[in-house]
Order: sequence, then structure tokens, then C-alpha cells
Amino acid sequence: LVLKRDQLKSDTSERLLLQGLARNDKKAIETIYKENYNLVQAIVINNSGTSEDAKDIFQEAMIVLYEKVQSGTFELNCQIKTFVYSVSRRLWLKRLMQQNRFNLSDGHGESVSVDEEMEEHEKRNTEFIMMEKAMNGLGEPCKSLLEAFYLQKKSMQEISVSFGYTNSENAKNQKYKCLMRLKKLFFSQYKNESL
Amino acid sequence: VIEDIKILEAVERYISGQMSPDERVYFEQLRKSNPEIDQMVVEHTFFLQQMNRFDDVKKFKSVLNDTHIHLGEKGLIKAPRLKGKARVIYLYNRYKRVSAIAASIAGITALTISALVWSLSPGKLANNQRDIDNLSRDIRNINQKVTQVQKQNQVLNQKLDNVKDQGLPDNIPYITGGTGFLIDSKGYLVTNAHVVKGAQHVAVQSGNGKDLRAKVIYSDIDRDIAILKIIDKNYKPLSSIPYSIKRNSGDLAESIFTLGYPRNDIVYGNGYIASKTGPDGDTLSCQITIAANKGNSGSPVLNKNGEVIGILSKKENTIEGAAFALRSKYIFEALNELQKDSSYRNIKLPVSSSLKGKDRTQQVNAISNYVFMVKVD
Repeated sequence: LVLKRDQLKSDTSERLLLQGLARNDKKAIETIYKENYNLVQAIVINNSGTSEDAKDIFQEAMIVLYEKVQSGTFELNCQIKTFVYSVSRRLWLKRLMQQNRFNLSDGHGESVSVDEEMEEHEKRNTEFIMMEKAMNGLGEPCKSLLEAFYLQKKSMQEISVSFGYTNSENAKNQKYKCLMRLKKLFFSQYKNESL
Repeated sequence: VIEDIKILEAVERYISGQMSPDERVYFEQLRKSNPEIDQMVVEHTFFLQQMNRFDDVKKFKSVLNDTHIHLGEKGLIKAPRLKGKARVIYLYNRYKRVSAIAASIAGITALTISALVWSLSPGKLANNQRDIDNLSRDIRNINQKVTQVQKQNQVLNQKLDNVKDQGLPDNIPYITGGTGFLIDSKGYLVTNAHVVKGAQHVAVQSGNGKDLRAKVIYSDIDRDIAILKIIDKNYKPLSSIPYSIKRNSGDLAESIFTLGYPRNDIVYGNGYIASKTGPDGDTLSCQITIAANKGNSGSPVLNKNGEVIGILSKKENTIEGAAFALRSKYIFEALNELQKDSSYRNIKLPVSSSLKGKDRTQQVNAISNYVFMVKVD
């Protein structure tokens, strides 16, 4: 009975952490980071990686977890620790395979199957890179203009003032041209990717 | 193109749910009948989602990086600490925060001491009384030490001054009092009476940094005007004064400027005449709007032609930027009084300005040599 109550308690705190992560709560992010980083670093370093590699791998695993909770899933079928460990392990294995090294010697922890998550993440990561390329190819002031409107949700009125357009009609016109260019840059990669 | 912009705007309003119900119905009809528009909606929805996800993950990555550095520096994860430039930047950012905290702690300490005195003083217990006694003794000790340090500083400053200027014979620890300006190039200056009030020794310092001994030859504390004479053998009479002294003091809203020594260097300020009367509606002075500081007392207030219309004398604390200038006609009156003593009959006020029509920079350049810092002991 005592065991069960402890289990319940830790389930609740795990759930709270995941909910915190979903709304970008710094404290939650810090807690998850603090409680899981060392283990991941140990696997990576023990398998011919550096602490820089460990940081990359761990942060990518955090993004996988983040994407998962962003989609509204707060029920992991395992503990956060197991999930992060499993994802990191897969990510590092993949990296090693790209370098033609297959064996991963570890015995650090329990792991679960994360195939589905890995597949989803790979897709999203590709999209992220494509958007990054498109954005970087866009140049200024287009990039800032689109960011101001679509990401910072500023009004055309505010934008025309801060970018120095004489009226919001002109700003709208410019925004349209920029958007068309960005879409072109983004979707052209998409087509290449599916080929 | 304008059509396309309109369509895109409609699509965006549709996606973000900003359409009125009627509009929405109409737009959905359009979507059904027009496959191109339908495709636009699908594509744009997808695209906006991509953009938002991109931004979201980018921000999350930066939070992860900050977290990594923070936890690493605190030793909460086993990551190696930062090195080189990255570490300098991290420490700098942290130090900025710490120094802000330190500053507020200093403020709190000061408050706490006064709060202690205040909160203990109404107490009736003997302990409290003893605490207060101890505390006030401590404060007295501290004050004594501060005074000692100040004295030592003054002595040191004085020694430095002496090294700088061997022409000064006495060990006089001057402090900055205010500003004065020449009314006769033979070495007669005007300043405020409150600047030199109670001073045993007076010196004036020009732009080149030399202290010149002076003495007060006339002082009217009611009108707050004093006339000084430079008596230092190192003073070499300047060529004729570029500005003139005006008998009447200008009109409302007339623009004015001033030069003075609120700090160790001469400072220019400009403003306008805000009211023709002084603090209590008196006609002795007029209200001007200008940024003024303590050491500005005695600064000349000039109009655009380079004519002195007043002496900056008081600052109004309750009104931002408000100050009062003693009308220039009292310079004439003060001189009349002074010249009852025949030895001062040779003082002649400058009656015409050579600054008319010159631009402000030229005016200020010409005037600055005739404006002095007034120092008292």
C-alpha cells in the first residue's frame, strides 16, 4: 500500500512536470534537465562521444518530449527518465551508425520502444531545418517583417510604424511579397525532399 | 496583385477565425465552388503551422541552452564549465544582475538603519533604550570617521592643487560653490550672494583650470547678488567682453541660454522665459525653463543676441525644469551701490554685444572664457 501511494505521488509530480513543459515553464524545464542530463551524458561519453555531443543529443531528446506534450499527450507509458533515456539512446545510436559504428554498450537504464516518436520527430526535424533554410534565405527586412506579423502577432499598423512604411497599405503589400518568397523557398525544398 | 493580397487577407482571417458568421458562410461557399481557393486555405494553414512550430522549437532550443549553461555553472549537472569568451559573457550577464542586487541591498541597509532608529525609539523597554544608545554612538563614530576622511581628502586635494598651481600661497581647501561671469574685463565678476555667503576665501577658476584668488567687494543677500574682484597676480585681463548686460529682461517665451559650472566642466543649457515674475509673483526675478543644477547658481542667462538678461539664482523643486533668474537690471543697481565708494568708479559694464547674428556655437565659444567657476572655503 505504501508503495502504491508513493507511486501515485510520483505519477502526479511527473504529470505536473510534463504540463509545465507544455507551457514552457522554466522551472519544469530546469527540473527535467537537471534530473536527466547526467545519465545521458554518461551514455554518450562512454560510447565515444564528447560532452558537446551529449548536450546535442540530450537537447534533441528534450525536443522530442516537448513535441509530444505539445500535442496534448501527458500520459507517457513510462517515467520521464526512461523516455528521455530511450530517445537519447536511439538518437546517439543513429549518429554512431552514420559514422559506421554500430555497437552501443550501455547498461545504464531501462529503455522502452520509441519508434513512433522517433519517426514523428524525424519528420518534424526535417521540416524545422527546411523552414530555417527558407527563413535564412529570405534576407532582411522580409524576415523581420514576417516574424513581426506571423510570430509576434503585431498589427499591420504597428509594423508600418516600426519599419518606417508611410502607411499600412504599403506594409501589407510588402508583407505579401515577402510571404510569397518565403513560401516559394520553403515548398521548393519540400518537393525536393519527396523526390 | 491587389486581388491576390485581398484573397490572402481573407484566407488569413478565415484561418484565424476573425470572420463574422455571415462572412464565414460566404467564404465556405466560395471554398467549395472554387478549388483554387480551397487549395490556398489548406496550403496556407499548413504553412502557418510550420512557421509557428519553427518559432516554437527555436525558442525552446534557446531556453534549453540557457538552462544547460546555468545548471552547468552551478554544478547541478556534470557538464564542463564554460571557457573563454562564452564564460566572460555569461559572467558579465550574471554580474549585471548581481550589481543591481548589490545596489538595492545598499539602499535597503540605509533604510534599515533609519527604520531601526524609528522602530526602536518608541519602545519603553530598557533594552531598547540601550540599543538606541549603542546605535547612536555607533552612528556618531561613523560620522566622525567620515568627517575625518573628508578632511583628509580635502587636505589631499589641496596638496594636489598646490602642486598644480604654485601661485596659490595659502592652504585653502576650496569647495565648488557656483558660477560667476565677468562684467568688466579688469577682473570684476557677478555671482549670487548665496554662493559666497560666509566664505572666508574665494577663488575663481576659468576654463584652463587655474584657481585665481578673488574677494567679495559687494553682497546683497536680499536680492541674492554679489560682485567679486579677482585679486590674483596671475590674472591677466581678458580682451573686451563679448556680451552686454541688458537693462530690461525680455519677453515671455523668448528663448534663452546659459553657461555654468554645475560640475567640473562648463555646461551649456538652453530654454525659454516661462513667466515674467519670480517664485511669489515678485518682480525681482523671472521664471525660466532650463535644466539647472546646484553649481549653476550665478550663471549668466543670455538671449539670442548674446545679451545678459539675468543671473540664474534659484531652482524650483516642485516644477520640473523650472528655475528663476534674477533680472539683469539689479546688476546695474548693485554697481550703483558699489560705486558710492569712489575706488570702484572705474568699473564699466559692457553695453554692446558683439554676438548678434552669430550662431550659437560661436556665441558659446566666445562667452565661455568669461564664465568662471566660483569656489569658496
